Amino acid sequence: MAPTSRKPAVRRQGRATSARRTSRSRSPHRVLVMVATRKGAWLYHSDATRKTWRTDGPHFLGHIINHLVLDPRDGRTLLAAAKTGHLGPTVFRSTDLGRTWKEAARPPAFAKAAEGTEGRAVDHTFWLTPGHADERDVWYAGTSPQGLFRSEDGGVSWEPFSSINDDAQYRKWMGTVQDGTPDGPKLHSIIVDPRDPAHLYFAMSGGGVHESTDRGRTWAPIVKGLEVVEGFDPAEVTFHDPHCVRLCPSNPDRLYQQNHCGIYRLDRPSDQWVRVGKAMPKRVGDVGFPMVVHPRDADAAWVFPMDGNTVWPRTSPEGTPAVYATRNGGKTWQRHDAGLPAQQAWWTVKRQAMAADAADPVGLYFGTTSGELWMSRDEGRGWSCIARHLPEIYAVEAAELA
Amino acid sequence: MKVLIPSALRSYTEHSEAEASGATLAAVLADLDRRYAGIRFRMVDEQDRIRPHIRIFVNGEQVRELSHALRAADEVVIVQALSGG
Repeated sequence: MAPTSRKPAVRRQGRATSARRTSRSRSPHRVLVMVATRKGAWLYHSDATRKTWRTDGPHFLGHIINHLVLDPRDGRTLLAAAKTGHLGPTVFRSTDLGRTWKEAARPPAFAKAAEGTEGRAVDHTFWLTPGHADERDVWYAGTSPQGLFRSEDGGVSWEPFSSINDDAQYRKWMGTVQDGTPDGPKLHSIIVDPRDPAHLYFAMSGGGVHESTDRGRTWAPIVKGLEVVEGFDPAEVTFHDPHCVRLCPSNPDRLYQQNHCGIYRLDRPSDQWVRVGKAMPKRVGDVGFPMVVHPRDADAAWVFPMDGNTVWPRTSPEGTPAVYATRNGGKTWQRHDAGLPAQQAWWTVKRQAMAADAADPVGLYFGTTSGELWMSRDEGRGWSCIARHLPEIYAVEAAELA
Repeated sequence: MKVLIPSALRSYTEHSEAEASGATLAAVLADLDRRYAGIRFRMVDEQDRIRPHIRIFVNGEQVRELSHALRAADEVVIVQALSGG
Protein backbone atom coordinates (compact mmCIF):
# COMPACT_ATOMS: atom_id res chain seq x y z
CA MET A 1 0.00 0.00 0.00
CA ALA A 2 1.24 3.50 -0.77
CA PRO A 3 2.44 5.46 2.25
CA THR A 4 0.47 8.58 3.03
CA SER A 5 2.11 11.94 3.46
CA ARG A 6 -0.69 13.21 5.66
CA LYS A 7 -0.48 13.11 9.39
CA PRO A 8 -2.37 9.99 10.40
CA ALA A 9 -5.39 10.51 12.55
CA VAL A 10 -8.51 8.56 12.94
CA ARG A 11 -11.96 8.81 14.29
CA ARG A 12 -13.61 5.67 15.42
CA GLN A 13 -16.87 5.26 17.17
CA GLY A 14 -16.69 4.58 20.84
CA ARG A 15 -13.52 6.39 21.77
CA ALA A 16 -14.02 10.11 21.40
CA THR A 17 -14.70 12.49 24.24
CA SER A 18 -17.50 15.05 24.01
CA ALA A 19 -14.98 17.83 23.55
CA ARG A 20 -13.46 16.04 20.60
CA ARG A 21 -16.83 15.37 19.07
CA THR A 22 -17.84 19.01 19.04
CA SER A 23 -14.56 20.00 17.44
CA ARG A 24 -14.93 17.44 14.68
CA SER A 25 -15.39 18.53 11.18
CA ARG A 26 -18.12 16.63 9.37
CA SER A 27 -16.43 17.12 6.01
CA PRO A 28 -15.97 13.92 4.05
CA HIS A 29 -13.08 11.69 4.98
CA ARG A 30 -11.60 8.58 3.51
CA VAL A 31 -12.74 5.41 5.22
CA LEU A 32 -10.65 2.34 5.90
CA VAL A 33 -12.62 -0.90 6.11
CA MET A 34 -10.78 -3.80 7.71
CA VAL A 35 -12.00 -7.25 6.75
CA ALA A 36 -10.84 -10.33 8.66
CA THR A 37 -11.60 -13.70 7.13
CA ARG A 38 -11.00 -17.38 7.65
CA LYS A 39 -8.23 -17.21 5.03
CA GLY A 40 -6.61 -13.82 5.45
CA ALA A 41 -7.30 -10.11 5.77
CA TRP A 42 -8.17 -7.35 3.36
CA LEU A 43 -8.14 -3.57 3.66
CA TYR A 44 -10.47 -1.38 1.62
CA HIS A 45 -9.69 2.31 1.20
CA SER A 46 -12.49 4.62 0.07
CA ASP A 47 -12.35 7.94 -1.70
CA ALA A 48 -13.77 10.96 0.15
CA THR A 49 -17.31 10.15 -1.05
CA ARG A 50 -17.12 6.45 -0.04
CA LYS A 51 -18.14 5.54 -3.60
CA THR A 52 -15.01 3.91 -4.94
CA TRP A 53 -12.81 1.50 -3.02
CA ARG A 54 -9.21 0.42 -3.44
CA THR A 55 -8.40 -3.13 -2.39
CA ASP A 56 -5.26 -3.84 -0.36
CA GLY A 57 -4.82 -7.53 0.18
CA PRO A 58 -4.71 -10.33 0.87
CA HIS A 59 -2.63 -9.94 3.99
CA PHE A 60 -1.66 -13.21 5.72
CA LEU A 61 -3.27 -15.35 3.01
CA GLY A 62 -4.19 -18.70 4.56
CA HIS A 63 -4.15 -17.40 8.12
CA ILE A 64 -7.35 -17.42 10.11
CA ILE A 65 -7.82 -13.77 11.07
CA ASN A 66 -10.45 -13.34 13.76
CA HIS A 67 -10.16 -9.60 14.22
CA LEU A 68 -8.30 -6.73 12.57
CA VAL A 69 -8.47 -3.41 14.41
CA LEU A 70 -7.01 0.06 13.89
CA ASP A 71 -5.73 2.01 16.89
CA PRO A 72 -7.89 5.17 16.97
CA ARG A 73 -5.24 6.89 19.08
CA ASP A 74 -2.64 7.08 16.34
CA GLY A 75 -4.59 6.24 13.21
CA ARG A 76 -1.93 3.96 11.78
CA THR A 77 -1.32 0.99 14.09
CA LEU A 78 -3.19 -2.17 13.14
CA LEU A 79 -3.42 -5.33 15.20
CA ALA A 80 -4.45 -8.65 13.65
CA ALA A 81 -5.43 -11.70 15.69
CA ALA A 82 -4.14 -14.64 13.66
CA LYS A 83 -3.60 -18.37 13.59
CA THR A 84 -3.59 -21.07 10.94
CA GLY A 85 -5.19 -24.48 10.88
CA HIS A 86 -1.97 -26.06 12.16
CA LEU A 87 0.02 -23.32 13.91
CA GLY A 88 -0.59 -21.73 17.27
CA PRO A 89 -2.24 -18.34 17.73
CA THR A 90 -0.43 -15.05 17.51
CA VAL A 91 -0.93 -11.34 17.01
CA PHE A 92 0.59 -9.36 14.15
CA ARG A 93 1.17 -5.65 14.39
CA SER A 94 1.64 -2.95 11.79
CA THR A 95 2.55 0.66 12.50
CA ASP A 96 2.13 1.78 8.89
CA LEU A 97 -1.48 0.87 8.08
CA GLY A 98 -0.61 -2.63 6.92
CA ARG A 99 2.40 -1.90 4.71
CA THR A 100 4.64 -3.98 6.97
CA TRP A 101 3.82 -6.39 9.79
CA LYS A 102 5.71 -7.70 12.79
CA GLU A 103 4.69 -10.50 15.11
CA ALA A 104 3.99 -9.79 18.78
CA ALA A 105 6.92 -10.77 20.98
CA ARG A 106 4.58 -12.40 23.48
CA PRO A 107 1.10 -13.19 22.15
CA PRO A 108 -1.81 -13.81 24.56
CA ALA A 109 -1.15 -17.04 26.48
CA PHE A 110 -2.49 -18.41 29.74
CA ALA A 111 -0.28 -18.81 32.78
CA LYS A 112 1.58 -22.10 33.02
CA ALA A 113 -0.38 -24.45 35.24
CA ALA A 114 1.13 -25.86 38.40
CA GLU A 115 2.69 -29.31 38.10
CA GLY A 116 -0.01 -31.98 38.01
CA THR A 117 -2.85 -29.63 37.11
CA GLU A 118 -4.47 -29.18 33.73
CA GLY A 119 -3.65 -25.78 32.25
CA ARG A 120 -5.48 -24.03 29.45
CA ALA A 121 -3.97 -22.97 26.15
CA VAL A 122 -5.21 -20.13 23.96
CA ASP A 123 -6.64 -21.61 20.77
CA HIS A 124 -7.18 -18.24 19.16
CA THR A 125 -7.38 -14.59 20.06
CA PHE A 126 -10.90 -13.64 19.10
CA TRP A 127 -11.39 -9.99 20.04
CA LEU A 128 -9.18 -6.91 20.20
CA THR A 129 -10.11 -3.62 21.88
CA PRO A 130 -7.88 -0.54 22.01
CA GLY A 131 -7.55 0.92 25.50
CA HIS A 132 -8.75 4.28 26.75
CA ALA A 133 -7.67 7.43 24.87
CA ASP A 134 -5.61 8.46 27.92
CA GLU A 135 -3.86 5.08 28.11
CA ARG A 136 -1.84 5.12 24.95
CA ASP A 137 -0.49 1.71 23.95
CA VAL A 138 -2.95 -0.22 26.15
CA TRP A 139 -4.92 -2.92 24.35
CA TYR A 140 -7.25 -5.67 25.55
CA ALA A 141 -7.76 -9.08 24.00
CA GLY A 142 -10.40 -11.77 24.46
CA THR A 143 -9.60 -15.37 23.59
CA SER A 144 -11.02 -18.82 23.04
CA PRO A 145 -11.15 -20.63 25.40
CA GLN A 146 -12.27 -17.61 27.34
CA GLY A 147 -9.51 -15.44 28.69
CA LEU A 148 -8.87 -11.75 29.13
CA PHE A 149 -5.46 -10.29 28.26
CA ARG A 150 -3.86 -6.85 28.27
CA SER A 151 -0.93 -5.23 26.54
CA GLU A 152 0.68 -2.01 27.70
CA ASP A 153 3.10 -1.67 24.81
CA GLY A 154 0.81 -1.36 21.83
CA GLY A 155 0.23 -5.08 21.38
CA VAL A 156 3.86 -6.28 21.39
CA SER A 157 3.63 -8.26 24.63
CA TRP A 158 0.50 -9.55 26.36
CA GLU A 159 -0.20 -10.69 29.90
CA PRO A 160 -3.24 -12.37 31.47
CA PHE A 161 -5.39 -9.54 32.80
CA SER A 162 -7.21 -9.51 36.13
CA SER A 163 -8.13 -12.60 38.05
CA ILE A 164 -10.91 -14.02 35.91
CA ASN A 165 -8.80 -16.40 33.80
CA ASP A 166 -8.06 -18.52 36.86
CA ASP A 167 -10.95 -17.57 39.13
CA ALA A 168 -12.99 -20.62 40.18
CA GLN A 169 -16.34 -18.84 39.87
CA TYR A 170 -15.49 -17.39 36.47
CA ARG A 171 -14.16 -20.71 35.24
CA LYS A 172 -17.50 -22.25 36.22
CA TRP A 173 -19.42 -19.55 34.36
CA MET A 174 -17.18 -20.02 31.32
CA GLY A 175 -18.22 -23.66 31.18
CA THR A 176 -16.35 -26.20 29.14
CA VAL A 177 -15.48 -26.26 25.46
CA GLN A 178 -18.73 -28.20 24.90
CA ASP A 179 -20.74 -25.26 26.26
CA GLY A 180 -19.44 -22.70 23.81
CA THR A 181 -19.86 -21.75 20.19
CA PRO A 182 -18.95 -24.46 17.66
CA ASP A 183 -15.38 -23.26 17.13
CA GLY A 184 -14.80 -22.64 20.82
CA PRO A 185 -16.22 -20.50 23.63
CA LYS A 186 -15.28 -16.87 23.25
CA LEU A 187 -14.58 -13.84 25.40
CA HIS A 188 -15.65 -10.79 23.41
CA SER A 189 -17.20 -7.30 23.50
CA ILE A 190 -14.45 -5.85 25.68
CA ILE A 191 -15.59 -2.27 26.27
CA VAL A 192 -13.72 0.63 27.88
CA ASP A 193 -15.88 3.49 29.17
CA PRO A 194 -14.65 6.59 27.28
CA ARG A 195 -15.12 8.62 30.51
CA ASP A 196 -13.16 6.30 32.78
CA PRO A 197 -10.41 3.77 31.94
CA ALA A 198 -11.18 1.88 35.17
CA HIS A 199 -14.73 1.11 34.01
CA LEU A 200 -14.76 -1.98 31.82
CA TYR A 201 -17.21 -4.49 30.40
CA PHE A 202 -16.80 -7.80 28.62
CA ALA A 203 -19.07 -10.62 27.52
CA MET A 204 -18.70 -14.37 27.16
CA SER A 205 -20.37 -16.85 24.84
CA GLY A 206 -21.46 -18.46 26.96
CA GLY A 207 -21.12 -16.88 30.33
CA GLY A 208 -22.93 -13.53 30.44
CA VAL A 209 -21.97 -9.87 30.52
CA HIS A 210 -19.60 -8.59 33.20
CA GLU A 211 -18.57 -5.21 34.57
CA SER A 212 -15.63 -3.86 36.52
CA THR A 213 -15.40 -0.39 38.05
CA ASP A 214 -11.93 -0.90 39.51
CA ARG A 215 -9.77 -1.39 36.44
CA GLY A 216 -10.47 -5.11 36.23
CA ARG A 217 -9.55 -6.01 39.79
CA THR A 218 -13.05 -7.28 40.52
CA TRP A 219 -15.93 -8.12 38.21
CA ALA A 220 -19.65 -8.74 38.57
CA PRO A 221 -22.16 -10.16 36.12
CA ILE A 222 -24.95 -8.00 34.67
CA VAL A 223 -27.54 -10.43 33.34
CA LYS A 224 -30.83 -9.27 34.89
CA GLY A 225 -33.61 -9.12 32.33
CA LEU A 226 -31.76 -11.29 29.80
CA GLU A 227 -33.60 -14.39 28.67
CA VAL A 228 -32.05 -17.80 28.09
CA VAL A 229 -33.03 -20.79 25.98
CA GLU A 230 -36.31 -22.34 27.15
CA GLY A 231 -35.85 -24.88 29.90
CA PHE A 232 -32.71 -23.28 31.31
CA ASP A 233 -32.53 -21.15 34.45
CA PRO A 234 -31.83 -17.46 33.71
CA ALA A 235 -30.41 -17.04 37.23
CA GLU A 236 -27.46 -19.22 36.16
CA VAL A 237 -24.87 -16.93 34.55
CA THR A 238 -23.30 -19.69 32.47
CA PHE A 239 -26.50 -20.11 30.39
CA HIS A 240 -26.38 -16.53 29.10
CA ASP A 241 -25.09 -16.08 25.59
CA PRO A 242 -24.56 -12.43 24.70
CA HIS A 243 -23.51 -12.37 21.04
CA CYS A 244 -22.37 -8.76 20.87
CA VAL A 245 -22.49 -5.84 23.31
CA ARG A 246 -21.89 -2.20 22.31
CA LEU A 247 -21.67 0.99 24.35
CA CYS A 248 -23.02 4.22 22.84
CA PRO A 249 -20.17 6.72 22.48
CA SER A 250 -22.60 9.65 22.69
CA ASN A 251 -24.09 8.31 25.92
CA PRO A 252 -21.75 5.86 27.66
CA ASP A 253 -24.51 5.01 30.15
CA ARG A 254 -26.38 3.21 27.39
CA LEU A 255 -25.50 -0.24 26.05
CA TYR A 256 -27.18 -2.35 23.42
CA GLN A 257 -26.84 -6.09 23.11
CA GLN A 258 -27.64 -8.68 20.47
CA ASN A 259 -28.10 -11.86 22.45
CA HIS A 260 -28.80 -15.46 21.47
CA CYS A 261 -32.23 -14.71 22.95
CA GLY A 262 -33.17 -11.23 21.74
CA ILE A 263 -32.06 -7.62 21.38
CA TYR A 264 -31.61 -5.67 24.62
CA ARG A 265 -30.89 -2.16 25.88
CA LEU A 266 -29.41 -1.23 29.24
CA ASP A 267 -29.44 2.29 30.69
CA ARG A 268 -27.06 2.63 33.62
CA PRO A 269 -27.10 2.90 36.55
CA SER A 270 -29.90 0.36 36.12
CA ASP A 271 -28.67 -3.23 35.90
CA GLN A 272 -31.85 -4.45 34.22
CA TRP A 273 -31.65 -5.22 30.49
CA VAL A 274 -34.83 -4.44 28.52
CA ARG A 275 -35.74 -6.68 25.58
CA VAL A 276 -36.29 -4.03 22.90
CA GLY A 277 -36.27 -6.77 20.27
CA LYS A 278 -39.86 -7.59 21.22
CA ALA A 279 -40.82 -4.70 18.93
CA MET A 280 -39.29 -6.49 15.92
CA PRO A 281 -41.75 -8.06 13.44
CA LYS A 282 -42.72 -11.55 14.63
CA ARG A 283 -41.89 -13.22 11.31
CA VAL A 284 -38.33 -11.84 11.51
CA GLY A 285 -37.69 -12.20 15.22
CA ASP A 286 -34.83 -10.69 17.19
CA VAL A 287 -32.11 -13.32 16.91
CA GLY A 288 -28.80 -12.30 15.35
CA PHE A 289 -25.10 -11.81 15.95
CA PRO A 290 -23.83 -8.23 15.44
CA MET A 291 -24.99 -5.05 17.19
CA VAL A 292 -24.06 -1.66 15.77
CA VAL A 293 -24.58 1.71 17.48
CA HIS A 294 -24.64 5.22 16.05
CA PRO A 295 -21.52 7.30 16.77
CA ARG A 296 -23.53 10.41 17.78
CA ASP A 297 -27.10 9.30 18.54
CA ALA A 298 -27.68 6.86 21.37
CA ASP A 299 -31.26 6.25 20.20
CA ALA A 300 -30.03 4.81 16.89
CA ALA A 301 -28.77 1.27 16.39
CA TRP A 302 -28.74 -1.47 13.76
CA VAL A 303 -29.01 -5.25 13.75
CA PHE A 304 -28.86 -7.99 11.12
CA PRO A 305 -31.60 -10.52 11.97
CA MET A 306 -31.02 -14.27 11.66
CA ASP A 307 -33.56 -17.08 11.53
CA GLY A 308 -33.76 -18.61 15.01
CA ASN A 309 -36.66 -20.97 14.35
CA THR A 310 -36.75 -24.76 14.68
CA VAL A 311 -33.15 -25.97 14.25
CA TRP A 312 -31.75 -22.40 14.22
CA PRO A 313 -30.57 -21.98 10.60
CA ARG A 314 -29.06 -18.59 11.53
CA THR A 315 -29.48 -17.34 7.98
CA SER A 316 -31.45 -14.33 6.77
CA PRO A 317 -35.15 -15.01 7.51
CA GLU A 318 -36.95 -16.30 4.38
CA GLY A 319 -33.76 -15.85 2.35
CA THR A 320 -34.30 -12.08 2.16
CA PRO A 321 -31.45 -10.24 3.91
CA ALA A 322 -32.27 -7.00 5.69
CA VAL A 323 -30.83 -4.64 8.23
CA TYR A 324 -33.21 -3.40 10.91
CA ALA A 325 -32.71 0.06 12.38
CA THR A 326 -34.13 1.82 15.39
CA ARG A 327 -34.15 5.59 15.87
CA ASN A 328 -35.86 5.61 19.25
CA GLY A 329 -33.85 3.32 21.46
CA GLY A 330 -35.56 0.17 20.26
CA LYS A 331 -39.23 1.19 20.65
CA THR A 332 -39.74 0.67 16.91
CA TRP A 333 -37.64 -0.87 14.14
CA GLN A 334 -37.50 -0.14 10.41
CA ARG A 335 -36.55 -2.66 7.74
CA HIS A 336 -33.77 -1.57 5.35
CA ASP A 337 -33.22 -3.86 2.38
CA ALA A 338 -32.91 -1.57 -0.66
CA GLY A 339 -30.15 -2.88 -2.88
CA LEU A 340 -29.90 -6.22 -1.07
CA PRO A 341 -31.03 -9.43 -2.84
CA ALA A 342 -34.83 -9.78 -2.82
CA GLN A 343 -34.85 -13.57 -2.69
CA GLN A 344 -32.76 -16.74 -2.27
CA ALA A 345 -29.96 -15.10 -0.28
CA TRP A 346 -29.28 -17.26 2.76
CA TRP A 347 -26.70 -15.06 4.41
CA THR A 348 -25.08 -15.30 7.80
CA VAL A 349 -23.36 -12.27 9.34
CA LYS A 350 -21.15 -13.02 12.33
CA ARG A 351 -20.99 -10.94 15.52
CA GLN A 352 -17.89 -8.95 14.55
CA ALA A 353 -18.82 -8.62 10.89
CA MET A 354 -20.90 -5.41 10.98
CA ALA A 355 -19.66 -1.93 11.73
CA ALA A 356 -20.34 1.79 11.37
CA ASP A 357 -18.01 4.61 10.42
CA ALA A 358 -18.28 8.04 12.06
CA ALA A 359 -19.19 10.05 8.96
CA ASP A 360 -22.41 12.02 8.54
CA PRO A 361 -24.51 10.34 7.31
CA VAL A 362 -23.11 7.24 9.00
CA GLY A 363 -21.73 4.55 6.72
CA LEU A 364 -22.61 0.96 7.60
CA TYR A 365 -20.70 -2.14 6.56
CA PHE A 366 -21.26 -5.86 6.88
CA GLY A 367 -19.58 -9.00 5.62
CA THR A 368 -21.20 -12.38 5.03
CA THR A 369 -19.90 -15.86 5.68
CA SER A 370 -20.27 -16.34 1.92
CA GLY A 371 -17.58 -13.70 1.39
CA GLU A 372 -19.49 -10.59 0.36
CA LEU A 373 -18.78 -7.12 1.74
CA TRP A 374 -21.68 -4.64 1.61
CA MET A 375 -21.99 -0.98 2.58
CA SER A 376 -24.56 1.75 2.99
CA ARG A 377 -23.69 5.44 2.66
CA ASP A 378 -26.98 6.59 4.15
CA GLU A 379 -27.35 4.86 7.49
CA GLY A 380 -28.83 1.68 6.06
CA ARG A 381 -31.45 2.97 3.62
CA GLY A 382 -29.59 1.77 0.51
CA TRP A 383 -26.95 -0.91 0.10
CA SER A 384 -24.25 -1.73 -2.43
CA CYS A 385 -21.64 -4.46 -2.66
CA ILE A 386 -17.98 -3.50 -2.23
CA ALA A 387 -16.45 -6.95 -2.71
CA ARG A 388 -17.52 -10.51 -3.33
CA HIS A 389 -15.81 -13.90 -3.60
CA LEU A 390 -13.85 -13.37 -0.40
CA PRO A 391 -13.31 -16.20 2.08
CA GLU A 392 -15.75 -16.55 5.00
CA ILE A 393 -15.84 -13.12 6.65
CA TYR A 394 -15.28 -13.13 10.40
CA ALA A 395 -14.96 -9.43 11.20
CA VAL A 396 -15.48 -6.01 9.64
CA GLU A 397 -14.28 -2.75 11.18
CA ALA A 398 -14.51 0.77 9.76
CA ALA A 399 -12.53 3.89 10.59
CA GLU A 400 -12.19 7.29 9.02
CA LEU A 401 -8.71 8.35 8.00
CA ALA A 402 -7.70 12.01 7.98
CA MET B 1 21.81 -30.49 14.59
CA LYS B 2 19.79 -30.14 11.44
CA VAL B 3 16.08 -29.34 11.82
CA LEU B 4 13.74 -29.55 8.83
CA ILE B 5 11.18 -26.75 8.88
CA PRO B 6 7.72 -27.06 7.26
CA SER B 7 6.58 -24.40 4.78
CA ALA B 8 4.17 -22.93 7.33
CA LEU B 9 7.08 -21.91 9.54
CA ARG B 10 9.47 -20.68 6.88
CA SER B 11 8.30 -17.11 7.43
CA TYR B 12 10.50 -17.43 10.54
CA THR B 13 13.52 -19.33 9.20
CA GLU B 14 13.36 -18.33 5.51
CA HIS B 15 14.88 -21.74 4.74
CA SER B 16 13.67 -25.32 4.83
CA GLU B 17 16.55 -26.27 7.12
CA ALA B 18 17.68 -24.68 10.36
CA GLU B 19 20.51 -25.40 12.76
CA ALA B 20 19.77 -25.76 16.45
CA SER B 21 21.41 -27.48 19.36
CA GLY B 22 20.33 -29.03 22.65
CA ALA B 23 20.30 -32.26 24.61
CA THR B 24 16.53 -32.65 24.49
CA LEU B 25 13.75 -31.76 22.06
CA ALA B 26 12.70 -29.01 24.48
CA ALA B 27 16.21 -27.53 24.41
CA VAL B 28 16.38 -27.68 20.61
CA LEU B 29 13.02 -25.90 20.29
CA ALA B 30 14.16 -23.28 22.82
CA ASP B 31 17.32 -22.76 20.78
CA LEU B 32 15.27 -22.44 17.59
CA ASP B 33 13.16 -19.80 19.33
CA ARG B 34 16.27 -17.86 20.30
CA ARG B 35 17.31 -17.81 16.65
CA TYR B 36 13.82 -17.29 15.20
CA ALA B 37 11.74 -15.43 17.79
CA GLY B 38 8.16 -16.63 18.09
CA ILE B 39 8.55 -19.95 16.23
CA ARG B 40 8.21 -22.16 19.30
CA PHE B 41 4.80 -20.84 20.39
CA ARG B 42 3.36 -21.66 16.97
CA MET B 43 4.31 -25.34 17.63
CA VAL B 44 4.05 -25.73 21.40
CA ASP B 45 1.38 -24.21 23.64
CA GLU B 46 1.82 -22.40 26.95
CA GLN B 47 1.36 -25.67 28.85
CA ASP B 48 4.30 -27.19 26.92
CA ARG B 49 2.07 -29.45 24.85
CA ILE B 50 2.95 -30.00 21.19
CA ARG B 51 0.04 -28.46 19.25
CA PRO B 52 -2.48 -30.87 17.69
CA HIS B 53 -1.45 -30.38 14.06
CA ILE B 54 2.29 -30.37 14.62
CA ARG B 55 4.25 -33.62 14.31
CA ILE B 56 7.90 -33.97 15.20
CA PHE B 57 10.03 -36.85 13.94
CA VAL B 58 13.53 -37.74 15.14
CA ASN B 59 15.45 -40.00 12.76
CA GLY B 60 12.14 -41.03 11.22
CA GLU B 61 10.34 -41.86 14.48
CA GLN B 62 7.53 -39.68 15.81
CA VAL B 63 8.36 -38.06 19.13
CA ARG B 64 5.61 -36.84 21.45
CA GLU B 65 7.58 -35.77 24.51
CA LEU B 66 9.58 -32.57 24.74
CA SER B 67 11.87 -34.34 27.21
CA HIS B 68 13.03 -36.74 24.48
CA ALA B 69 16.84 -36.91 24.55
CA LEU B 70 18.74 -35.95 21.39
CA ARG B 71 22.26 -36.44 20.10
CA ALA B 72 24.13 -34.01 17.87
CA ALA B 73 23.87 -36.37 14.88
CA ASP B 74 20.06 -36.72 15.10
CA GLU B 75 17.86 -35.30 12.41
CA VAL B 76 14.73 -33.49 13.58
CA VAL B 77 11.85 -33.09 11.13
CA ILE B 78 8.93 -30.85 11.95
CA VAL B 79 5.78 -31.53 9.95
CA GLN B 80 2.44 -29.75 9.76
CA ALA B 81 -0.50 -32.14 9.64
CA LEU B 82 -3.17 -30.33 7.65
CA SER B 83 -6.81 -31.24 8.03
CA GLY B 84 -10.07 -29.76 6.88
CA GLY B 85 -10.36 -27.02 4.25
